[in-house]
Amino acid sequence: MTGILSLITFSPLIGVAAILLLKSFAKPDQQEASYRAARWIALVTTLATLALSVLLVAQFDPRQAGFQFVENQAWFSGIRYRMGVDGLSVLFVLLTAFLMPLCIAASWTSIKERVLEYMIAFLVLEVLMIGVFCALDLIVFYLFFEGQLVPMFLIIGVWGGQNRVYAAYKFFLYTLLGSVLMLVAILAMAGIAHTTSIPALLAYHFDPKVQLLLWLAFFASFAVKMPMWPVHTWLPDAHVEAPTAGSVILAGILLKMGGYGFLRFSVPMFPDASHYFTPLIFTLSVIAIIYTSLVAFRQTDVKKLIAYSSIAHMGFVTMAIFSGTVQGEQGAIFQMLSHGVISGALFLCVGVVYDRMHTREIAFYGGLTARMPWYAAVFMLFTLGNVGLPGTSGFVGEILSLVGVYRVSTWTAIFAASGVILSATYALTLYRRMMFDPLTNPKLAAIADLDWREVVIFSPLILGTLALGLQPGLVFNLTAASAEKLVAAYHVIGG
Amino acid sequence: MDISAALHLALPELFLAISALVLLLVGAMTPRSDAVLVWMLSGLALAISAGLAAIGPLGTAFSGGFVADQASVFAKVAIYLMSAVALFLGSGWLGRLNARQFEYPILVLLAALGMGVMVSSGDLISLYVGVELQSLALYILAAFRRDDAKASEAGLKYFVLGALSSGLLLYGASLIYGFAGSVKFADIAAAVHAGAGNGVLFGLVFLICGLAFKVAAAPFHMWTPDVYEGAPTPVVAFFAAAPKFAAMVLFARALADAFPGAATQWREVLIVVAVISMLLGAFAGLVQRNLKRLWAYSSIANVGYALVGLSAGTHEGVQAMLVFMVLYMIDVTGFFACLMALSRDGKPMETMDDMAGLMRERPGMALAMTAFSVSALGFPPFSGFWAKLYVFRAIIDAGYSWVAVVGLVSSVVAAFYYLRLIKVMWFDPPAGKVDAAPADAKGVAYAAALFSFPVVLIALIGLDPLARVAASAFGLG
Repeated sequence: MTGILSLITFSPLIGVAAILLLKSFAKPDQQEASYRAARWIALVTTLATLALSVLLVAQFDPRQAGFQFVENQAWFSGIRYRMGVDGLSVLFVLLTAFLMPLCIAASWTSIKERVLEYMIAFLVLEVLMIGVFCALDLIVFYLFFEGQLVPMFLIIGVWGGQNRVYAAYKFFLYTLLGSVLMLVAILAMAGIAHTTSIPALLAYHFDPKVQLLLWLAFFASFAVKMPMWPVHTWLPDAHVEAPTAGSVILAGILLKMGGYGFLRFSVPMFPDASHYFTPLIFTLSVIAIIYTSLVAFRQTDVKKLIAYSSIAHMGFVTMAIFSGTVQGEQGAIFQMLSHGVISGALFLCVGVVYDRMHTREIAFYGGLTARMPWYAAVFMLFTLGNVGLPGTSGFVGEILSLVGVYRVSTWTAIFAASGVILSATYALTLYRRMMFDPLTNPKLAAIADLDWREVVIFSPLILGTLALGLQPGLVFNLTAASAEKLVAAYHVIGG
Repeated sequence: MDISAALHLALPELFLAISALVLLLVGAMTPRSDAVLVWMLSGLALAISAGLAAIGPLGTAFSGGFVADQASVFAKVAIYLMSAVALFLGSGWLGRLNARQFEYPILVLLAALGMGVMVSSGDLISLYVGVELQSLALYILAAFRRDDAKASEAGLKYFVLGALSSGLLLYGASLIYGFAGSVKFADIAAAVHAGAGNGVLFGLVFLICGLAFKVAAAPFHMWTPDVYEGAPTPVVAFFAAAPKFAAMVLFARALADAFPGAATQWREVLIVVAVISMLLGAFAGLVQRNLKRLWAYSSIANVGYALVGLSAGTHEGVQAMLVFMVLYMIDVTGFFACLMALSRDGKPMETMDDMAGLMRERPGMALAMTAFSVSALGFPPFSGFWAKLYVFRAIIDAGYSWVAVVGLVSSVVAAFYYLRLIKVMWFDPPAGKVDAAPADAKGVAYAAALFSFPVVLIALIGLDPLARVAASAFGLG
């Protein structure tokens, strides 16, 4: 099975090549036909990647804590092309491959201009996102991690809303500033340890003083990506302006890279520094949870509200990652996967009404239950999942994160738990204002319920939310060995 | 060493010199309309010289004044080939203006010859002769369209400031000679090692200033934006690439071969120059609307990055500088090839606003320009990223992490203007019909864009060991 990771990572490029061929051979008068063909090519490619990822997870041996499917090729100047997955990363590969076809399907009718370029941008983005989770060399990781900025910049800037240029710039420059500091740290680590191999660096013990600097440099990158308070301000803008599928990818995958980075690098490679900075992380996380929940409550734009709620939920993740307990790490991974599905679904829900009405103002809507009963039901499920209702995946992640943190810092857990209540407040208020209030806006009189394409998009997400909520063992079986190893190493070295 | 062996060592340069002289006669004898013959033969001469350099013997000739080693071979092959590419671009461009005079390729040949002497110099005399030969040819090239006021202004500015820098260089050289007692790099190194005192260091600073002028590093960069803007685009494509590379190699040669004992001193000077260049290139670029000016500031910043590699003062650092400059040369040539390929109603498109909506009008060109912008920004996986990776790795290993931090932060500032170019091309509505692109410029642009990604990923496998061997030829401790 060696080589499967490269195959999964680069398989979307086949679709890119096909669309490029299409572009060079299509005649100008057949634009609509070539657009239709591009959509199908992208969909088929992403589905093929999904199939390969399912195969990968099926072949994954959950009892092993180390890296599997490892590929190791000499490249140049001491840099090696290394790929591999373990329990921490394998499910993110699946999550990415799972969300991509949905994104393509969600853009089916809403993207009408420059469809070929759009599909190419998404497929390239998929390559880079999967690559991040598979990379086992710091340079290769950085390549994939940083490379995403350009396609995402174009997706926001070309196909975004009114204020897209501002949002695209803000997204790019914030993230770039964070990650160049990480690049310095990567080069410094290469200089000290004489390797950029992630498995080798996981076994290397850096001097505690050096760890502090390296930790801060990585923190700069991942905190922006996550995003943590107070460097979160790019996210609401980016979300609001991005097209629906762009928002899904942002919330579903790109944010998770921050958490994955903490899990993969910060905690195991700099355990002393992680111990040292745990109070900082806890404080920032609690502020993020409470502050952004309150901010979310006052939003008038649906997408912005969900964006702020994402920041609050990511607060649980950061907190849990640095708890250094098995429950915390498992909870963090679970929360990230679950949030990837739920927030992706919520953005798709917003996309449904946005496609029909072209506004995201909460006040515009109201009483949608009367016209769109199926939509209301779907939205209800994901709202409750977002709140963390038992039975949905949101509950499992939050409760485990809180349990993990409670064992380390009671007060943090207590403050953070208040976020659960706050999230119920804003999410249910949103639901009431959009769905239940009397239908007064005449423009909504003829709004149509979900069509079959949207039903097809939402069904896997509904299944995913419920399956993860009712059968969380599916995830824990795969992540347990790696999480336990991570925690054990953290306590041995960090004391 | 007998004279025939010495001549054999210098064969590539001799061949170039003789070709230039013969072609000058050929050009003068043949009618104007047949000048294309001289162009083709000049290109051929450059290619042959590159081949001769690649297979020629290694050694020292003319009592130490001329050095042929792995470093000079590496540099010469790159320089001659880049000059040939620039010649090709110039031929097409001037041909479309019906101004394909035969003097142009001769001047390119002479400039290339000067560069060949520069990278082979083993003492201060050949250093100066090489620099002057190259510069004089370039001054004329910058003002080649003598009926164009802007080009004449550019040529004059270039000449006056270049003469000043040559003066500084000479003054430094005479001080060094006065205090070290020799013009040969090896003897100077010995004198510095024996404690030649502050006089030599004083001369060294002047030498660095003079060379910094030639590579356009801040604070000696003032001529760059005006000259880039005013000179004909193919000429800019030429002197933005090969002469910069030659001057950087000469920089490395003078510092590493003649002053290895004063490494701590020159390293600090270089770091200051590099940091100022990177910051100035990033901040001053923010307000530029003309793309040639913008790329002038970008080149100042990039020279700063290359100097970062050199200032590490290690073989890895020199290797980083060599890799950086090779990758940069290809990028910058490609970018100017794009500018040459793009015109609207016969007028070249040179400002940011001209590029509006290019993605819809000329998607191929827009993609190529996007690749060059992203690469210049140092973004993975494009060639600019690998170039920066090399230099920052070298400087961090040398213990100056803060320089890398400054460099990367200034690249975030510079990101703003590269992004603006991408934004204008991708997001804005088209500004009007674009003329059909000429095949020659388009071909070079596409080839360079493909090199910057994805070919670079494979090319580096070969470039890395070549640059390492070349760097090992320098006399660093």
